[in-house]
Amino acid sequence: MCGIVGLFLKDRSLEPQLGQLLSEMLITMTDRGPDSAGIAIYGSAAEGKAKVTIQSAKPEADFAGLENDLAEAGIAASVSIKSTHAIVTLAADKLMAIRPLLTAIRPDVRVMGSGDSVEIYKETGLPKDVVARFSVRSMGGSHGIGHTRMATESAVTTLGAHPFSTGSDQCLVHNGSLSNHNNLRRELVREGMTFETQNDSEVAAAYLTSEMAKGKDLGQALTGALDDLDGFFTFVVGTKSGFGVVRDPIACKPAVMAETDQYVAFGSEYRALVNLPGIETARVWEPEPATVYFWDHQKAA
Amino acid sequence: MPVIDLAITPLRELNSALHSIQQGSNDLSFEVVNPRGSHSVAVGIDTPVKVDVKGSVGYYCAGMNDGGAVTVHGSAGPGVAENMMSGTVVIEGDASQYAGATGRGGLLVIKGNAASRCGISMKGIDIVVHGNIGHMSAFMGQSGHLVVLGDAGDALGDSLYEATLFVRGSVKSLGADCIEKELRAEHLTKLAELLEKAGVTGVRPEEFKRYGSARNLYNFNIDNADAY
Repeated sequence: MCGIVGLFLKDRSLEPQLGQLLSEMLITMTDRGPDSAGIAIYGSAAEGKAKVTIQSAKPEADFAGLENDLAEAGIAASVSIKSTHAIVTLAADKLMAIRPLLTAIRPDVRVMGSGDSVEIYKETGLPKDVVARFSVRSMGGSHGIGHTRMATESAVTTLGAHPFSTGSDQCLVHNGSLSNHNNLRRELVREGMTFETQNDSEVAAAYLTSEMAKGKDLGQALTGALDDLDGFFTFVVGTKSGFGVVRDPIACKPAVMAETDQYVAFGSEYRALVNLPGIETARVWEPEPATVYFWDHQKAA
Repeated sequence: MPVIDLAITPLRELNSALHSIQQGSNDLSFEVVNPRGSHSVAVGIDTPVKVDVKGSVGYYCAGMNDGGAVTVHGSAGPGVAENMMSGTVVIEGDASQYAGATGRGGLLVIKGNAASRCGISMKGIDIVVHGNIGHMSAFMGQSGHLVVLGDAGDALGDSLYEATLFVRGSVKSLGADCIEKELRAEHLTKLAELLEKAGVTGVRPEEFKRYGSARNLYNFNIDNADAY
C-alpha cells in the first residue's frame, strides 16, 4: 500500500514549522505501511557549502573521529550526528571527492543523499519512531517529502526505505510497483548509473536523475516517465527548489492534493492533510492520471 | 438527535449505534462531526436512518447502505457507497475513485466531480454526478443508470453489459463495446425522474446522450478477440 506525503511551502513564515507539519502528516499515514519510514527535508543552503547525509548500522564506530579522518585526507568538513545518520557539511567543490573517500575510510557507511540543501533520514520502523529518532519535528525548511512503506518489491531494510536519492538534491517517494524496473536498471547501469538496492523505486529515481542529466527539467523528466515506466505509480519528487507529482495512466494508487496561498500539500489520503493550516478553505483535488504537476520556487520568484 | 463527534468517539461506536437501531426507534437522525477523512463512516446501515456527516470522509463511506439516507457535507474518498443495496447517499463535494462500485440499488448523488471508475460493475444502482467523471467509469456495468451532467473521461462503459449511461457533456472516449444509442421517450422519462430525485434543476433530459452496450462481447467470437 504505502503512504506518501509532501509539503511545498510558498509562505516563508511557515518554514520553521516544516518538520512539525510533515511529521504529523507522515504519522497519520502509518497504517498504510508499517515497515519503514523516511523523510527528505530541503533546508536552507549555505553559500558555497554542500551536505551529505550518511547512514551507518554501527554509528558509534563509524562516526567517531570521522571529522579528523576527513581532515587528514584533505577535506575540511563538520559532522553532525543524529542517531544512525550524520550530516557532513563541506565545501561544495569537494562534494565529488568525498564519496570515494568515504568508501575508502568508512566502507560500511551508506550515502543517503547529497546536495546543497537536502537532508534524508530513513530507517525501518514506524513513522513516529523514525520522526522522534531524528528530531524531524524541530527541522525547518522550504519543502519536504515523506514515505511510510509497505514492502512489496524488495527487502525491509534501511536502504529499501524511501525517499530514494540518486542525484544532487533530488529525491523520490513512490506508492505502487513497477514492472519493467529490471530492464530499465540494466539500461541505466549501461549509462553509468549505480544502484544500492534491488528496489523498483530506486530505478524510478535514477531514471529521473538520468533524464535531468540530459538537460530535461523535472517536469519534462516526469512526462517522460509516463512513457518509459511500466506499472503502477504515484510519485512525489523533490529537487532543490521544486516539487512534483505524477500518477500513472491507470491511477489506482490514491492521491489527494491541497493548495492555498501558503502551501501545496500532497497526501495518499485526505486524512494526512487535515491538520494543515487553512485546510478548510484550501482547494482540494485528486491529481489526474498521466498528468504532471510541478511547482518551483525559482520559477515562482 | 444524536450528535457523534469523531474527534472524541471511536468510529466503531458510531457504526455500532447505527447498526443497533431497533424498529420503532425515534432516534432516526444522526449528525456526525469532525470526520477528518475517517474511513468506513456509516457503513452497513440497514434501517431508514438519516445521517449527516459534517466534513470530508475517507474510504468506503456508506458502503453496503441498505435503506439509509447519508449526506456528506464535504468530499468522499475512494469507494463511497460501494455495494449500496437501497437508500440514498449524497456527496456535496467531490468523490474519489470507484464511487458506487458494484452497487445493487438506491441512489448515489455526487454534487461535485467523481474520479475514475465511477460505477464500476454497477448492478442496479442509480448514480447522478453533477460534475465530471474520470476514466473507466461504468466498466463492466450490469444494470442501473449513470447520469453525468458534465464530461466523461476515457473508456466510458468499457465491456458494458446492461447499465444505461447518460452524459450531457463530452465523452473523451468510449470503451470496448460501448456505443451511443438513441434517446427514446422512455429514456427521457427515466432521466427526468432521476434528475428530479437528484435535485438537479434547469437541465432538460434532451440535453443528454445515451450510451449502452453494443452486445458484441456477450458471447465469445474469435473475430472480437482484439476487443477483449
